Amino acid sequence: MPMKPQDLRALMDEPACAHNAKGKSGCARPKPGSAAGGCAFDGAQIALLPIADVAHIIHGAIGCAGSSWENRGTKSTGPTLYSVGMTTDLTEQDVIMGRSEKRLFHAIKQAVATYDPAAVFVYATCIPALVGDDMEAVCAAAEEAFGKPVVLVDAAGFYGTKNMGNRLAGEAMTKYVIGTREPDPIPEAAVRPGITVHDVNLIGEYNIAGELWHTLPLLDELGIRVLCTLSGDARYREVQTMHRAEATMVVCSKASLNVARHLERTWGVPWFEGSFYGVADTSDALRNFARIIGDPDLIARTEALIAREEAKAEAAIAAWRPRLQGKRVLLYTGGVKSWSVVSALQDLGLSVVATGTKKSTEEDKARIKELMGEDAVMITEGSAPALLKAVKDLEADILIAGGRNLYTALKARLPFLDINQEREFAYAGYAGMAELARRLALSLESPIWDKVRAHAPWRPTPEAIRPEAAQ
Amino acid sequence: MTEIIKRNKALSVNPLKASSTLGACLAFMGINRTMPMIHGSQGCTAFGKVFFVQHFQEPIPIQTSALDQIGTVMGSYENLVEGLATIAKKSPDLIGVPTSGLAEVQGFDVDMGVKEFRAKHPEFDRVAVVPVTTPDFRGCLESGFADAALAMIKTLVPAEAGRVGQRRRQVNVLVGASLTSGDIEALKETIEAFGLRPVVFPDVSDSLDGHLAPETYNALTTGGTPVSELATLGQAIATIVVGASMAPVADELRSRTGVPDIRFDHLCGLDATDALVMTLRDLSGNEVPERIERQRAQLLDAMLDTHFMMGFTRVAVAADPDLLVALAALMKGTGAEVVAAVTPAYAPVLTRSGLAAVKIGDLEDLELAARESGAEVLIANSHGVAVAERLGLPIYRAGFPQFHWYGGFAKTWIGYRGGRQVLFDLANILTAAERGEVHPYRSVYGQKPEYQGRCA
Repeated sequence: MPMKPQDLRALMDEPACAHNAKGKSGCARPKPGSAAGGCAFDGAQIALLPIADVAHIIHGAIGCAGSSWENRGTKSTGPTLYSVGMTTDLTEQDVIMGRSEKRLFHAIKQAVATYDPAAVFVYATCIPALVGDDMEAVCAAAEEAFGKPVVLVDAAGFYGTKNMGNRLAGEAMTKYVIGTREPDPIPEAAVRPGITVHDVNLIGEYNIAGELWHTLPLLDELGIRVLCTLSGDARYREVQTMHRAEATMVVCSKASLNVARHLERTWGVPWFEGSFYGVADTSDALRNFARIIGDPDLIARTEALIAREEAKAEAAIAAWRPRLQGKRVLLYTGGVKSWSVVSALQDLGLSVVATGTKKSTEEDKARIKELMGEDAVMITEGSAPALLKAVKDLEADILIAGGRNLYTALKARLPFLDINQEREFAYAGYAGMAELARRLALSLESPIWDKVRAHAPWRPTPEAIRPEAAQ
Repeated sequence: MTEIIKRNKALSVNPLKASSTLGACLAFMGINRTMPMIHGSQGCTAFGKVFFVQHFQEPIPIQTSALDQIGTVMGSYENLVEGLATIAKKSPDLIGVPTSGLAEVQGFDVDMGVKEFRAKHPEFDRVAVVPVTTPDFRGCLESGFADAALAMIKTLVPAEAGRVGQRRRQVNVLVGASLTSGDIEALKETIEAFGLRPVVFPDVSDSLDGHLAPETYNALTTGGTPVSELATLGQAIATIVVGASMAPVADELRSRTGVPDIRFDHLCGLDATDALVMTLRDLSGNEVPERIERQRAQLLDAMLDTHFMMGFTRVAVAADPDLLVALAALMKGTGAEVVAAVTPAYAPVLTRSGLAAVKIGDLEDLELAARESGAEVLIANSHGVAVAERLGLPIYRAGFPQFHWYGGFAKTWIGYRGGRQVLFDLANILTAAERGEVHPYRSVYGQKPEYQGRCA
């Protein structure tokens, strides 16, 4: 059975989200004919797929899994089961004859038999939701029959946007997984005298391009155990223990606030929003953990570590700064908090001439003004022509945006940096700053720009093609 | 100015160099119905044959004058005359005679040897014979190739100026050893697209392009520039010269025929190809064909798409001078950086390569330089594969020889299309190499089942 309308409405109401007011309750309805984002299923899959030892079965026809599997840059230190694409691949006969429930049951059986997963996640999609499959019942029966946890992630595409899907995925974790196991004792080999280990969660950290591995060593050093990242390089048994954390950090994500709120409400785990982009924000995040945990020794050690890491990061980016100094950036980010990236770019000596604020809250916008000045240009419309017009008007040297805008930039002969989920390089943490600087210089300094902007030598009027001329 | 770092060690380890003798054989094999015969001991030919057989995946027509002890000590004119007569019975159009180091050290005069053959065997007068001194202690494959081409021009192209332009669409194309069969095919197509008729010399794309001929066996080359065509070079409107190593050949052709020439160090990358297209436009008087405009636009797009991968990439290159210079230009145009460059023998073109330094040396030098400079990818011949393995780097094969590898001879490096494919290939190699990735980190506290008992 698909979710009931009132359940969906309840999910729309997210009091911890600053979007909740201003007539934008929950997630804005996509506008037919000019919507660019993903669906709820997309969002749910993104949120949970990085859990590495789970068999992720997409229950639906091939459109959902076929065109989306193996499309993300998330990394695992161990199992690679998450990268095995699994779908029930429903056929016309399944739909007509009502055989999709049966197929799902057998699909779960096959996944368990072949891959021995820690658990099975079943993602509902539009077709079984419409046909009226009782997926909850199938999952319960399969769990009983095959002796593995089988979790239904009920986020069919038409339920809403990608953000909505993120939230539905979180809902499935809080409903079925979190709180079903107690954390392991601290491994003996990891015990250090005089250091009390504190447990935390990271929510919304997807370990894109291995970014988590920039920050995890620092947390280890401080004696902070990450019980679970939801969901980069996570394991099922880690998700089960999230309720025992002393603090939760929600990393650059409005969509997963519901999990943090659930942990606070049900288990008393305090939480904060933070970011690992830029030196200042990374330091803030570490400070917030220490502050919330409230261990004076941890606070002192955190400050010492911050001082050391900031000096190291500064040394690593100093050489890049003169090369990037004064270069004009147009920033258009979707998911990542734009102010967080703004401050990172300013650290590198770039000038951010405008930033996208489509998904930013009032609070975010205030912060952007603080960083960029009162007359900060905020872009709310992210269509290709609008972005290119902004590039022209503001004389930007480079566009930093999500992969979707990559070819918009390239066809307009404009340097580009991919900042969103499909990116192939890790920019988070102190160590990520130097990589960010390097990738910016790489695109900006490439010798190709003069070539691609010039006409062929046999063209009679060799008039340079500038980005603006492309419109 | 490029710093040329001379060879500074006694032992050459993992040699990069292939001999000038083999280069000469290759040039001769670019002529139709030809048999090169190395004047040397049997091994000179046997090794050379295997070298080319593996590279081209083709039977290779090279013979030997088979110097033995007696010939070596007492003089080898008889070997040469007997060898030439034996081959001449197969009615080739041309016999090329590159000398080996052995023959040169012996003090053999190959010109006199050919004269003796002519005196003794007037019945083979219609078989052209071109001797060339290519001892393997001088130069490398590329220089031997040019030396043989020069010898052929001197012997087979009549010195008669004043006929320039009698063939109004003919363009002579002198190509050096750095061009593959695939390169020459692409070059011919481009020239033809302007309504011009290219006469390529030497044309390995017509002999060693890996085609299945109707005849099951042929002792001679089954394609290449016809010897008869060489007599027409003086009637062309112009000569296009590709490869700095061919400069002496071009000088000789121009002084014999008066045909003006246009010289390119290489045709790799956007700028060089633009220059070629402009030249062809001017020579032909035709507009640039749409097809070629489209190919240019495709290259530009590939440059955009791959610049993220290519930019700042640290490349180590080992190749003969012309190819090295071409590859350096290609890399520079993408934003990649050649951090280690090794070539087997000096050539003047190296000084205008735009490289900071070029080492005259071997693949051991390349290995050391690549390691020291933090190279991320190697471009070298098949001997570089083991080097790349030791360095843990990917390799992109270029030059001679390419063994255990299919189609290296057919790969196109030049022009818009060739350059585009090189960009795609390299970007794919670099993507697979997973550079710049964060090293996986296992938390000491990790609750991950597979971490149990082995903390980071």
